[in-house]
Amino acid sequence: MDVNTEDILTQSFDVLVIGAGGAGLRAAIESRSRGLSTAVICKSLYGKAHTVMAEGGVAAALGNVYSEDNWKVHFRDTVRGGKMLNNWRMAQLHAQEAPDRVLELEAWGALFDRTDDGRILQRDFGGHRYARLAHVGDRTGLEMIRTLQNKATSVGIEVFMEHKILRILVDASGNACGALGYTRPSGQFVLFKAKAIVLATGGIGRSWKYTSNSWESTGDGHALAFSAGADMIDMECVQFHPTGMVWPLSVRGLLVTEGVRGDGGALLNSENQRFMFNYIPEMFRAETAETEEEADRWYEDHASARRTPDLLPRDEVARAINAEVKAGRGSPHGGVFLDIASRRTPEYIKRRLPSMYSQFLELAGVDITQEPMEVGPTCHYMMGGVRVDADTAATTVPGLFAAGEVAGGMHGANRLGGNSLSDLIVFGRRAGIGAADYAEGLAGTVDPEVSQATETAKEALAPFSRETGESPYRIHADLQECMQTLVGIIRTESELLQALDEISKLKERASKASVQGGREYNPAWNLATDLPSMLAVSEMVTRGALDRKESRGGHTRDDYPSPDPEFAKVNLVQRMQDGTHTVQPEPLPEMPEELKALFEDDHTGQAPKEDH
Amino acid sequence: MVSTVEDTGVKSGTAIPVEIGKPRGGPEGRRTLRQDRWWLSPAVTVTVLTSFIAYATFAAFQGRYYYVGAQQHRNLISPFYSPCIANSCQRVAGSHPLGIWASFWNFSPALLILIVPLGFRLTCYYYRKAYYRSFWQSPPACGVADGHKSYTGETRFPLILQNIHRYFLYLALLFNVVLTMDAVLAFNFPGQGIGFSVGTLVLCVNAALLWIYTVSCHACRHLCGGQLNKFSKHPIRYRFWKAITPLNARHMQLAWVSLIFVALTDLYVRLVASGIIHDYKIF
Amino acid sequence: MTEVTMSIWRGDSSGGSFFDYNLERVEGEVVLDVVHRIQATLAPDLACRWNCKAGKCGSCSAEIDGKPSLMCMTRMDTLPNDKITITPMKTFPIIRDLVTDVSFNYVMARQIPPFTPGDPEPDGTYRMQQVDIDRAQEFHKCIECFLCQDVCHVIRDHEVNKLYYAGPRFFVRLASLDMHPLDTVDRRELARQHLGLGFCNITKCCTEVCPEHIKITDNAIIPLKERVVDSSYDPIAWLGRKIRRKVKYTVDQVYALAPAQVAPTALDRLPATAIDDEGKS
Ligand code: SF4
Ligand code: SF4
Ligand code: FES
Ligand code: FES
Repeated sequence: MDVNTEDILTQSFDVLVIGAGGAGLRAAIESRSRGLSTAVICKSLYGKAHTVMAEGGVAAALGNVYSEDNWKVHFRDTVRGGKMLNNWRMAQLHAQEAPDRVLELEAWGALFDRTDDGRILQRDFGGHRYARLAHVGDRTGLEMIRTLQNKATSVGIEVFMEHKILRILVDASGNACGALGYTRPSGQFVLFKAKAIVLATGGIGRSWKYTSNSWESTGDGHALAFSAGADMIDMECVQFHPTGMVWPLSVRGLLVTEGVRGDGGALLNSENQRFMFNYIPEMFRAETAETEEEADRWYEDHASARRTPDLLPRDEVARAINAEVKAGRGSPHGGVFLDIASRRTPEYIKRRLPSMYSQFLELAGVDITQEPMEVGPTCHYMMGGVRVDADTAATTVPGLFAAGEVAGGMHGANRLGGNSLSDLIVFGRRAGIGAADYAEGLAGTVDPEVSQATETAKEALAPFSRETGESPYRIHADLQECMQTLVGIIRTESELLQALDEISKLKERASKASVQGGREYNPAWNLATDLPSMLAVSEMVTRGALDRKESRGGHTRDDYPSPDPEFAKVNLVQRMQDGTHTVQPEPLPEMPEELKALFEDDHTGQAPKEDH
Repeated sequence: MVSTVEDTGVKSGTAIPVEIGKPRGGPEGRRTLRQDRWWLSPAVTVTVLTSFIAYATFAAFQGRYYYVGAQQHRNLISPFYSPCIANSCQRVAGSHPLGIWASFWNFSPALLILIVPLGFRLTCYYYRKAYYRSFWQSPPACGVADGHKSYTGETRFPLILQNIHRYFLYLALLFNVVLTMDAVLAFNFPGQGIGFSVGTLVLCVNAALLWIYTVSCHACRHLCGGQLNKFSKHPIRYRFWKAITPLNARHMQLAWVSLIFVALTDLYVRLVASGIIHDYKIF
Repeated sequence: MTEVTMSIWRGDSSGGSFFDYNLERVEGEVVLDVVHRIQATLAPDLACRWNCKAGKCGSCSAEIDGKPSLMCMTRMDTLPNDKITITPMKTFPIIRDLVTDVSFNYVMARQIPPFTPGDPEPDGTYRMQQVDIDRAQEFHKCIECFLCQDVCHVIRDHEVNKLYYAGPRFFVRLASLDMHPLDTVDRRELARQHLGLGFCNITKCCTEVCPEHIKITDNAIIPLKERVVDSSYDPIAWLGRKIRRKVKYTVDQVYALAPAQVAPTALDRLPATAIDDEGKS
């Protein structure tokens, strides 16, 4: 099938934001408020982005519940949770700016739960020293996206719903200046010209079988940036959320918010033991409770008791659950038990965790106010991603910016719960500013190479012209199976090599896939065009995992079970260099002394004080 | 399959810039695809409401047997006839503090009195739902096509008058006071002193149910506190609102129970007054 | 286990019909799982929308056995029949199979003036008590599945009313703004004259279908109607306003604040289909 330029619709904007989740909308609001014409591209409908699935809350050191809290503590928690692999500057900006961003949401109409004196209430979460998560029951993401959506609506952003972007277009000198995509309802190709482009496409979970992510999370942004020549960092760091549903099978992987544990839920194995007490790592021993009694007391009083090990960072909990199940102490459907029923009253549970309550009741027939839940790890979040400049969110490709999950560095090797929503609004805004500054500095019009567009469109249509070939659904299912078993939560060299092999076979198969029917809202074709992204991301994850010969955060190697201080100093950078895919260790930016000092009192368990 | 755009002559307001008249999906010409017994609930509503209206009409026009007085050592009045203010209420008047002031009215007093409860229930948000669905078929049930070609809802006369519901509420509250007085007076057994009979009980329950139904009214909930935006600044009104809210959630049930019980109360008084049954005195 | 027949309406703007698919029943499945199985095996190009598969995004709205529902939250074992029909939402224009064009709702969203808070506290932040936000928080649960819009007979059965009627989802939004303790705009005249609050005859179908169990009619629409009575129909309230010299926004004043007026986008420049006074196009 041939595609001519006339078959492609053209749209021009100053700033193009790809992705309409929290980061994308926040970036668009910023750039539109500067008076620049701004478009947002949604892969699905407006307001449905994966941000709505975020449950627990948005981390910000507001200090409303514990006035001892400040950005330094938050910074320290974040970097320790990230196993020191974080970009320090991002972590610092994030911790410093998150409170303002949260208050700004409130000024835009968000209704967070309140403290008695009318401020924003904050809840405890894994890895956060103080109750820090501003939240709305267990639907914080929904509140955030709706608030940003309404704000974006009111400032006049052009929204392109149900558009899939296939390629970032660059001009003759390698600057990003456009994107080619198609709209799902009609299959019409659209060329977006823009002076600056913000990637805010979110995650990658759809390459795994059991994931908390929606169908949209195919890693489009990672793949787009990579093929446009951007640097990617630490792609091996994938977070498996410790608590996803394990039953019924059809909802396996669906998230069970950490808020359950933050609000008093405890993890139990089949012998009714709170096994997390056996898995406290050295780094957190000083500030973790030793007895169940102390852990339970901590919920009421953080001063005299230390935190429960149920709320260790996610990587620790996920590994512990994995180990319990392997040791034969799992629940009937291959998870462990998460019990809040025997620990809190039904009224409390329903008030604090309303959507968990209905999710289990309606989908699994389990009343969580009466019975424990069965939970197990599920593929949740990509810590790695496009390498960006912390202050401007600029990638290594001029004109291309990235924010949110698609950007790497902020979370290091493991993300703390609640830090993703704050990441979205802090760096969404910065990307908006960065892109707006960049766009304002460009004179004249941009000029993407149209041949790139027609070529890409032609490739996208190829599956229609193949009479025989596999269904993309088959290939997708096989990819998920491969990633789940070979590049899951615990990895080894032989399996990773096998995975690389399988991925290249899958690539081969994908290039021969065929789809029937027309271009109008054809999910088979849509999936076929998602496959290249998923395959590219899978390959990056696998290659990164092969090269990081240590265990750190979300990345656990069976054959290198402990962290290696040498690897703590480097990002694994992947890029396309002269047509070859390279993986290279490159040193992390050096943290300034005054921030380093924050980690020195680690052993005392003392929190840093804010100096005024 | 283009849905036809009928001319409803709507002129209120300016049009919103949406495209209309585009083809819709789904099978054509089917009223509904529901397979459950969706017609049951409107059918029950029609049956019960029609029976009530039939009974109330009979009771209102009968013009007698609405009061059990001193001859039977009782002081029971039918709620359909209270406050008995019309010319024909002489027999009641002696024992009733409100007296006769609508002496111009020579027909059955019920025809005058029933305007208030009728208006209250007719404009009640719940009954509106019930009769719009069942009698007016607009819509008969969710996902079942409206029985009418054009529709303007409550935007125009006469249905725009539904907005005066709160004034009927004020009147209904007054009536409740009267009916409560009737219930209190029913403790008086002329010639026998204070006592308690089945009739007393019936009048008490009836008054109580009417109070709860009236208080659970949406307009009442609004006026008591719902109209406020900052509850924390008005703790007392907030407390009222909070107390009414769970009742309001059961407004439908209360509407039916109180309706049926009013009819039963009238029936009881009527049966006693006409000598068919005897009002059993408990103590 | 037993078999089930899924009878799915397939077609586009030029027409369509039911297609039957026979499958094994699998324990614990929801309707969306079955639709996915059909896609993966029998009909790869069967169009349907979904995202989260957890009842959180409001994408997978359709009509199951004639009832507007989320496919991902309807368990197969709650459906009594062995033949189950799935049709696209009836109220919105068809795109293909189970996918409809819901842009009506995005246009409506642009008719409502945004949240406009008053002055913050001296420290630049706001204070709100939990009791003051409980009501609006219920409305913020809305996942914009538009099932209430679909079921509402005002536009489901009377296409022309789409020109005058925002629908229950947006009454919920109006109520959440009106009851927001910090908001300062009075949108009541807008609700009455421009957004068609009076069209709703409180027959509660929206409440029946809302997957978030928002008491749309009892807690949003009826309170809004009562608030409109305060501002427009109650003579005593009118007198009170006159005496206290309170001004009421006119519909034009409020509408001037709506995004469609302040910051128009392509959505607001829809071919206005040459709507004449009678609403005929
Ligand atoms: S109650 Fe009103 S808004 Fe809701 S479905 Fe009925 S008519 Fe529509
Ligand atoms: S109010 Fe309920 S039914 Fe309507 S769109 Fe929102 S969630 Fe859906
Ligand atoms: S009596 Fe039913 S709403 Fe007022
Ligand atoms: S898929 Fe998100 S609500 Fe059904």
